[in-house]
Amino acid sequence: MTRQKRSRHRLKRAVAPYLYLSPSLLIIGLLMLLPMVTVIGYSFQNSAVLRRDPSFAGLKHYQAIFNDPVFWASLWHTLYFTCMSVVFHMTIGMIFALMLNSDRINPTLRNILRVLYILPWLFTAVIIAVIWRLLLEPNGVVNSVLMQMGIIGSKVEWFSSPETALHAVTFANIWAGYPLFMVSLLAGLQGIPKDFYEAADIDGAKAYQKLIFITIPQLMPIIISISLLDFIWTMQVFPLIWITTGGGPIYSTEVLSTYTYKLAFSSYNLSQASASAVVILLISLGLTLFYIRYQKAR
Amino acid sequence: MFRIQPAMLKVAAAAWLLGATSAMADTTLEFTQWWEPELPAGSLRAIMNDFEAANPGIKVTLVSGPYATTRDQISVGAATGTLSDVVGLDGAWVNNLNAQNALADMNPMMDASGFDKTQVADIIKVDGKAVMFPVASFVYPVFVNLDLAAQAGVTKLPSTRAEFLEAAKKMTHADNNQYGWVLPLSLQTPSGVQNDMMSWVWASGQSMMADGKPALEGKPVVDMLTFVKSLNDAGVISPGIATKTEQEKVEEFVNDRVGMMIDSLAHVNLIRKRNPKLNFDLIPVPVVENYNGKRGLPYASWGIGISAASKHQEEAWKLVQYLMGEKVNAKLVSLANAFPGNVNAKPDFVTSDKAFGKAFEIFKTGYLANEFTGLPVAEDLMTQFDVEAQKMLTGEQSPEQAAANAQKGWMAKF
Repeated sequence: MTRQKRSRHRLKRAVAPYLYLSPSLLIIGLLMLLPMVTVIGYSFQNSAVLRRDPSFAGLKHYQAIFNDPVFWASLWHTLYFTCMSVVFHMTIGMIFALMLNSDRINPTLRNILRVLYILPWLFTAVIIAVIWRLLLEPNGVVNSVLMQMGIIGSKVEWFSSPETALHAVTFANIWAGYPLFMVSLLAGLQGIPKDFYEAADIDGAKAYQKLIFITIPQLMPIIISISLLDFIWTMQVFPLIWITTGGGPIYSTEVLSTYTYKLAFSSYNLSQASASAVVILLISLGLTLFYIRYQKAR
Repeated sequence: MFRIQPAMLKVAAAAWLLGATSAMADTTLEFTQWWEPELPAGSLRAIMNDFEAANPGIKVTLVSGPYATTRDQISVGAATGTLSDVVGLDGAWVNNLNAQNALADMNPMMDASGFDKTQVADIIKVDGKAVMFPVASFVYPVFVNLDLAAQAGVTKLPSTRAEFLEAAKKMTHADNNQYGWVLPLSLQTPSGVQNDMMSWVWASGQSMMADGKPALEGKPVVDMLTFVKSLNDAGVISPGIATKTEQEKVEEFVNDRVGMMIDSLAHVNLIRKRNPKLNFDLIPVPVVENYNGKRGLPYASWGIGISAASKHQEEAWKLVQYLMGEKVNAKLVSLANAFPGNVNAKPDFVTSDKAFGKAFEIFKTGYLANEFTGLPVAEDLMTQFDVEAQKMLTGEQSPEQAAANAQKGWMAKF
């Protein structure tokens, strides 16, 4: 083989993987990178999208949103909404997964419960929002039941009162999101070798000790992975909050996604909306990097 | 074996030539709007077919979608210079679109064609430019549940604010989940500020503006806020105000849960369909004491304008003129259950339907009033006012403070 032929062959070998990857790279570039770079660009422009010749704005729009108290309130609400959701998704998911994995429950009942517990996952965000709006409206079922039980003395406006609205939307989101944890943890539970528990039984370990020293450590990789993913997804929740409260009353349920949406489509301030979207991107990116590093470490 | 005959070739060539020349001669107008999905299937296309027949050489392509999608499409089209030749408009959008120089000034077109300006109900102008005609208007009277009114002993339907408060008090039985009035102030769609709050101001011939600037601290708006607060304090407003949407408002009225609501006339058929037994009547929005002048009638409209970037403005103007003409306008608004943009047009439903007939009388004796039309970022203004109104209703601030805070927010947008 001549030297020329050899170098051509080497070049072909080097290029081939990129050719195989090129369709995916093209799609990722067009559908993900390009919009992302465009939005980042908009955040540094005055009257982005709305003018054909937008001028350079520097960090003006970032400054504007950082000086806006509603932005900071939104950030706080987003953190509260996300943290509470993730913690309760995990707790409820774990309880239900343990229940469904238990031999003490009749298999038929277990199958029925399995279907019931997974139901919230089958509904779209719009349906979940409508269900909870109906249930929690002042004349709704929840108030009626709580009043009959004597827990509340008068009708509570769950979504319409600034004191309760954020808790109410968080509750609806918890209800909607726990099945992901439940299914993942159930799969994890079924993968834990029975020998561990048998050895613990021989050592005289109690149920809670088996949970703390066997079950949770064994599930830890799943718990951390799903928690991180849930954190990223929940932080970006929009339809549930938009349909139930629209960010109100009085900004009490305003989160970063609704704040950004209003800037874009209510104020037509697409430059500031882009700056806000970039902030969300950076937070998500931080979490994603953390997730990737964790996955690599494993 | 099949062979191509010379005669066949000639026919094909002639057909191709005919097609090509007619295609070249035709001007195709693009008309973006959200009306087609809201009208009976095929009805807007039929009107366009009539227009094409009356104007040989002009074809119309309808670009239709839901309201929100159309709004976003128009915003992007205005920015990129790809706005359709003719566009359906909401009055709340025109200021922004005008700021982008996206809409053509129809004044020169009206002058050149000798268009009779007196035949149209309104011409929306921004910076002196005629940018929009309301083609169809959906007015907002007060709907009264007559059965609830009778049960509550309300014999005379209210015509003043004080009478309204009294009637609402009588109709309220909170234990039975029954209230006198319903106020939707969801931040998701803050149009309740326009339709259910400011309508009280306009009904009494008053204004929220002064010299083209917001005047929210003036007596009319503060009085309106005080009045709404008094209704809230009296417990006559159905609970859940801060997250209630217009659809929920209508649902509550349909289900006999509220005695009165301010709502679009466009919902009459929907209300009848949802509850055929509901016995209701329409009245104008009550006014302040001793007011005898003409009443402003809140409305939402299907507006129409021409793109400044259109290469076929002459043809586009022909289409606008056609839709604003007496007969075609009457036909269109009859299909939409709306009131006409042409003052001479009389939709057929006003004679065949008692409720619509009464509303038409209200419409004729008053004037169309919607001061949000043409304002910059109108929806954002409503959101700001909404937040301040919510603070007032939760007792965080007085009507005066709510008005002052809203004024401050609005001024920043002007």
